Amino acid sequence: KMLDDSLEPGWLSEEVKTGTTIIAIEFDGGVVLGSDSRVSAGETVVNRVMNKLSLLHDKIYCALSGSAADAQTIAEMVNYQLDVHSIEVGEDPQVRSAATLVKNISYKYKEELSAHLIVAGWDKRGGGQVYVTLNGLLSRQPFAVGGSGSSYVYGFVDAEYRKAMSKEDCQQFVVNTLSLAMSRDGSSGGVAYLVTIDEKGAEEKCILGNELPTFYDQ
Amino acid sequence: MEKRFMDSQIKGVSTGTTILAVTFNGGVIIGSDSRASIGGYYVSSKTINKLIQVHDRIFCCIAGSLADAQAVTKAAKFQISFHSIQMESPPLVKAAASVLKELCYNNKEELQAGFITAGWDRKKGPQVYTVALGGMLLSQPFTIGGSGSTYIYGYADAKYKPDMSKEECLQFATNALALAMGRDNVSGGVAHLVVITEEGVEHIVIPGDKLPKFHDE
Repeated sequence: KMLDDSLEPGWLSEEVKTGTTIIAIEFDGGVVLGSDSRVSAGETVVNRVMNKLSLLHDKIYCALSGSAADAQTIAEMVNYQLDVHSIEVGEDPQVRSAATLVKNISYKYKEELSAHLIVAGWDKRGGGQVYVTLNGLLSRQPFAVGGSGSSYVYGFVDAEYRKAMSKEDCQQFVVNTLSLAMSRDGSSGGVAYLVTIDEKGAEEKCILGNELPTFYDQ
Repeated sequence: MEKRFMDSQIKGVSTGTTILAVTFNGGVIIGSDSRASIGGYYVSSKTINKLIQVHDRIFCCIAGSLADAQAVTKAAKFQISFHSIQMESPPLVKAAASVLKELCYNNKEELQAGFITAGWDRKKGPQVYTVALGGMLLSQPFTIGGSGSTYIYGYADAKYKPDMSKEECLQFATNALALAMGRDNVSGGVAHLVVITEEGVEHIVIPGDKLPKFHDE
């Protein structure tokens, strides 16, 4: 791979992946989701400002990783299915319902798809919740990391996570984790997107590359 | 992941491992886990010592194929002691690292092992050197290596500070090893730590149940 003699750029032949870092964490009263913004096709960065935090409903978002096309399609399908479902039940859908819809697609088409979505949001029955749907399983966790950059920060999140963090602590935790992963993973980078969801709604935020926290030797 | 699996099938026992070395104010700590595995499925040793003493104040630790690593360190140990006798003084850490680098670079086609060399010498004090797979030699204030190191890049970047005290450094190294061993299935067992200073060498072994525990344990 290092001595690549190809005369044409990677994006002409390589699949577009969101090789990525995504993270979601619960706090008492809501969730915080975070992602980087790099989309790569082989060694080319085809989009350096993509928002990988996709809306599924007013207070439910999902974070995309893996194949960009697969992940976007799943998110769009679930967005439609959730709209129909919420009209049928006459109220805002539960986060678990959104996660189940994502899981159903991921599991049924697991041989053809290669995308991993983390679903997180707020509903009045369960408060803030984070669900992972890797490979078609459905599991609720206090926090979750995913994408190629997540390998580098497993140690950091294991060490730094504490139960019952406040909303501001969670936001800082997410920003620190993203910054560390983006500086080590070649497939993650650009800006950091944050979404904070609580009873009042969803608040989106973008942190530019030069405003991210820096650590030793940066 | 597939490539590593195939390589160790060909080469036999691999150290799929977590190793690290960190300088602090007055010395250096070198550490590793103690698991040796075959193909990531079978643990062939739970208590292997991956910290090899190549001279009084110089240690190195190995990642990659265990056979390659043992052969190289044996040759390096001999060359370093011969060099030290010729020079009539203890070898420089950089000299020891260079010996390893020469062996790795000249045999890069056959070998599959990377090294971290750490030690103390009179000229430059505590130092850490990495010799990567192809034979590149690099000096750093701290370094991590082996398959388990992937999981602690974020932690090490966030938590390392230059000029730590010995206690802070021990805590940093122990935590890093524990976190990596908790996530990497081919790292585990006990944590071996060696503290090297001008005064001497101190070997600390921390059994699995005494390692620091984190939120989900």
